[in-house]
Amino acid sequence: MAKDEIREFRLVGTRPDRPDGLDKVTGRARYGADISAPGMLWGAVVRSPHAHARIVRIDSSKAEALAGVKAVVTRADFPTGLTGEDWNLQENTMAGEKALYDGHAVAAVAATSALRAQEAARLIEVEYEVLPHVIDVDDAIRPDAPVIREGAADATVPEGMPPNVVRYIDFGRGDIEAGFAEADLVMERSYKTEATHQGYIEPHACLGQLGEDGKGEMWVCTQGQWFIRRMCTAVLGLETSQLRVTPSEIGGGFGGKTTIFMEPLSLALSRKAGGRPVKIVMSRSEVLRATGPTASASMDVKIGMKKDGTLTAARAEFRMQGGAFPGAPVDMALYCAFAPYKLPAVQHIGYDVLANRPKCAAYRAPGSPMGAFAVESLLDEMCRELDLDPLEMRLKNAVNTGDTSSYGPKFGTIGLIETLEATRAHPNLSAPLGPNQGRGIATGYWFNHNGETSVSMALSEDGTVQVSIGTPDIGGSRASIALMTAETLGIPYEDVRVNVVETGALGVNEPTHGSRATFACGKAAVEAARQAIGEMCRRAASEWGIDPEAVEWMNGAAQPAGPNAGEFPPMTIAEIAGKMGSTGGPISGHHESVPDGVGASFGCHVVDVEVDPETGRTTILRYLVVQDAGRAIHPSYVEGQYQGGAVQGIGWALNEAYIYGEDGRLQNSVFLDYRVPVASDLPMIDTEIVEVPNPGHPFGVRGVGETGITPPLPAIANAIHQATGARLRQLPMSPPRVLAAIGEARQG
Amino acid sequence: MRYHTPSSFDDAARLAAEASGVTRFLAGGTDVLVQMRAGAVLPDDLIDLKKIPGVTEIAQTGDGGWKIGVAVSGARLGAHEALVRDWPGVVEGMELVGSTQVQGRATLTGNLCNGSPAADSVPGLVAAGASVEITAPGGRRIVPVEDIPAGPGKTTLAAGEVISAILLPPRGAGGGDAYLRFIPRTEMDIAVVGCAVNLRVDGGRITEARVALGAVSPRIELVPACAEAIIGTSLDDAALDALAGAASAACNPIDDKRGTVEFRTEVAGVLAKRAARIAYARANGD
Ligand SMILES: Cc1cc2nc3c(=O)[nH]c(=O)nc-3n(C[C@H](O)[C@H](O)[C@H](O)COP(=O)(O)OP(=O)(O)OC[C@H]3O[C@@H](n4cnc5c(N)ncnc54)[C@H](O)[C@@H]3O)c2cc1C
Repeated sequence: MAKDEIREFRLVGTRPDRPDGLDKVTGRARYGADISAPGMLWGAVVRSPHAHARIVRIDSSKAEALAGVKAVVTRADFPTGLTGEDWNLQENTMAGEKALYDGHAVAAVAATSALRAQEAARLIEVEYEVLPHVIDVDDAIRPDAPVIREGAADATVPEGMPPNVVRYIDFGRGDIEAGFAEADLVMERSYKTEATHQGYIEPHACLGQLGEDGKGEMWVCTQGQWFIRRMCTAVLGLETSQLRVTPSEIGGGFGGKTTIFMEPLSLALSRKAGGRPVKIVMSRSEVLRATGPTASASMDVKIGMKKDGTLTAARAEFRMQGGAFPGAPVDMALYCAFAPYKLPAVQHIGYDVLANRPKCAAYRAPGSPMGAFAVESLLDEMCRELDLDPLEMRLKNAVNTGDTSSYGPKFGTIGLIETLEATRAHPNLSAPLGPNQGRGIATGYWFNHNGETSVSMALSEDGTVQVSIGTPDIGGSRASIALMTAETLGIPYEDVRVNVVETGALGVNEPTHGSRATFACGKAAVEAARQAIGEMCRRAASEWGIDPEAVEWMNGAAQPAGPNAGEFPPMTIAEIAGKMGSTGGPISGHHESVPDGVGASFGCHVVDVEVDPETGRTTILRYLVVQDAGRAIHPSYVEGQYQGGAVQGIGWALNEAYIYGEDGRLQNSVFLDYRVPVASDLPMIDTEIVEVPNPGHPFGVRGVGETGITPPLPAIANAIHQATGARLRQLPMSPPRVLAAIGEARQG
Repeated sequence: MRYHTPSSFDDAARLAAEASGVTRFLAGGTDVLVQMRAGAVLPDDLIDLKKIPGVTEIAQTGDGGWKIGVAVSGARLGAHEALVRDWPGVVEGMELVGSTQVQGRATLTGNLCNGSPAADSVPGLVAAGASVEITAPGGRRIVPVEDIPAGPGKTTLAAGEVISAILLPPRGAGGGDAYLRFIPRTEMDIAVVGCAVNLRVDGGRITEARVALGAVSPRIELVPACAEAIIGTSLDDAALDALAGAASAACNPIDDKRGTVEFRTEVAGVLAKRAARIAYARANGD
């Protein structure tokens, strides 16, 4: 590895055009809704208008009488007896006895046109008995809250907890009370964040086909075709291998496309319609009402600090609701909350709570942004109280390689200190601030992930190379994997074609999630290339009649290793490939594993805002992301990830939120009122890539997709505080909230 | 659904009068087509006005005012230099509508007739003293713009009545107008508060004024108390404060996902001041 670090790279670190770029900018790329099949039907879904209701009766006779309607399915068409997360998935796909949130699917219909299917869906009569509902996490955790599901709590929940608590977490180390006693300043504050949606531009879409023989096919927009395969077959009671799933191009996922929603419905409808393929494309409103947002959180944090900024102890108690099912990322939020800091004593408590909202799905660094909002806001407040520089305080307490993390494990090689130092040196830190302007700083953390990975590469007859990967390309991973493969083989970038393949072509791959694709598939692609290099060297050796060990691979060709090996001209990859049919057959390389050596990534953001004191409106003036990438294989896509994470965080901080009425219905299920930032809201996001190579990857990659959404929430809150004197502890920091807080700050 | 392309407003009015189900006129379609796709409005008769001669024209009238065709897009309005010189506030209201794509289609008439209390071009028209020409099977009449909105999604137009032009009065000397809206983002949003101010100055003193507020009541309103607060002044701080107070007092907003009652009420005053300053500067030729 040390050798890699000092090596000059030919391709790694350059910025060639992405292989999928032309198709995407010309509209040729095929997304989820772009595939049709002969005899295809269209599906539409009937959704509950109630937040919580018993389903008394479903009458589909009028819909079935409509010309062109070929199938109607309800929960009665699904197998019974599922348990655990499989049951949760099935219940979320199609409500059983109760509708658990506004937008919960209760029936689905397939017809010969999309309009006909929608008309039929309107004709399906559902009788509900409306039940009391609960939306807010602090209401849901009350002992007298409406009970969402009896018996949903797992073994971690002690006797006597409120009925909607389904998971309880309690861990820590050190003497927390002694730590607080040692501090010069102890502060405790409470924070709340609202649920937000991943907001991908491409709505969920799939085309599913399932025959009476239990064999099926699916074309779908997803982050992970094997997850779709396993989950769909589990929910429908099929054998996993009998479903073949092909991923389309993907217009964003951010974690929200690592699970199933309407996909099993298309299969169930297809089976009932005699095996005709069924296409379902969600509307934006369906996406917002019924697909996974992230959790909402209510958090208490207490921290002890000495006058010089040294942290002595910290405690976090987080309550999160992730909808009507277990799975709010309260564990991840707690693991990340204090991860950047050396802490002698730390305690974490978490509650996973049910509420009448859609089942939460992963969203970019699940949980970490919420925890960071609470912890990094409080640290900023404490620095102000003690008159400390917030960046120096963070440097003073920053974890380093080999330190024990707040959540237990020892850190491998990490680059937090380098990241903070690069931040300190950046010109944005000395940009002058005017009236009503403020600067905020925050750090953030994500573990990154490995996951099951299977990659194959094969030589073509002309010496070019194809690489088959199982992770859909969301953020430029085809380009990165082509760069790493070409670098390893010593051939041009353009000679490598990376294909994202269907489930039949490789072993199980986890989705593109956890910032793992460039790390895990890249590592596997390098291993596969090395395997192919070994075979190419053997072919050359056999032709030259020398020992395979006497052949080495350089600049895309086999060469005798040193003068003792003999005198032969280099045999290029094209020459070896051209005759492979007669020298032993196809040449390929393959690697599968759960790659070890994951490298965690820290980031630090600095934001300058201006707040209109008369309207409470916040303008982002300047925004800097500094983050450790390990190694940036394709720097443009690393920067893209940094910028994208920051922008999603800006939206979450300022305006995005799930807004519910008294009736428990979602009020803003369109982009007009679910306000993601628009381009003109943003300055160019400045980026600085720090490279502390990860020794666990052949090129030092860490994974960069998620850390970037972690610091924005507190960084912006800290900046607004400096600009206005008002401290906002609840998201979103929308103009009405900020204006009210400014008024209160002036009075008090 | 029946799709009609009449070649005169008389035909359009007759078609509308004879229709019995859900009827919509089609100008730019940026409201109608969106409502159709969402399934919110499924017209039985859709009467496209764009085949009527002259509907995309902007013409100066004999008295120095302006006649704007019902299919003139926001983009065309913004590109008309003489009109922009006369009525910058009216034009900037229309130009705030949507995005570049929407600007290629959206019209003043459609914005007015869609009946949204938050319609961005309407306060400017009301403040300007604009009127509409209405064609009905019985003939034509001219009505002030402020008489058209009737509440969210509603207008005072009767079945069979179609707007055949928008009329702006002659600008005259010493005039200036401005429109401002508040949205949480920078574009693609619905006004949480909108305010238009139109005034005339003579030697630094305001001699005439009209102020209209949007998104703070069920309909866009002309607020005479706001005008009174600044007429006769040179827009000093006291006048501005009185204006803000009158604007806030005129608010009768709803509490909803887009803004609270308190917020809308307070920000109406803020925008009134800011719009008045811009209009005043424009009137003074600054
Ligand atoms: C993406 C997007 C963003 C938008 N942003 C904004 C915004 O920022 N601010 C804003 O105010 N609006 C906005 N809108 C709404 C819309 O664009 C405007 O209201 C626009 O001005 C409507 O004009 P149009 O010509 O497209 O109307 P159309 O859709 O053609 O018609 C609208 C209504 O007016 C009626 N109508 C049309 N012509 C006549 C006539 N001659 N006589 C009588 N009735 C008539 C129709 O029957 C219909 O009910 C937005 C819309 C979209 C899709």
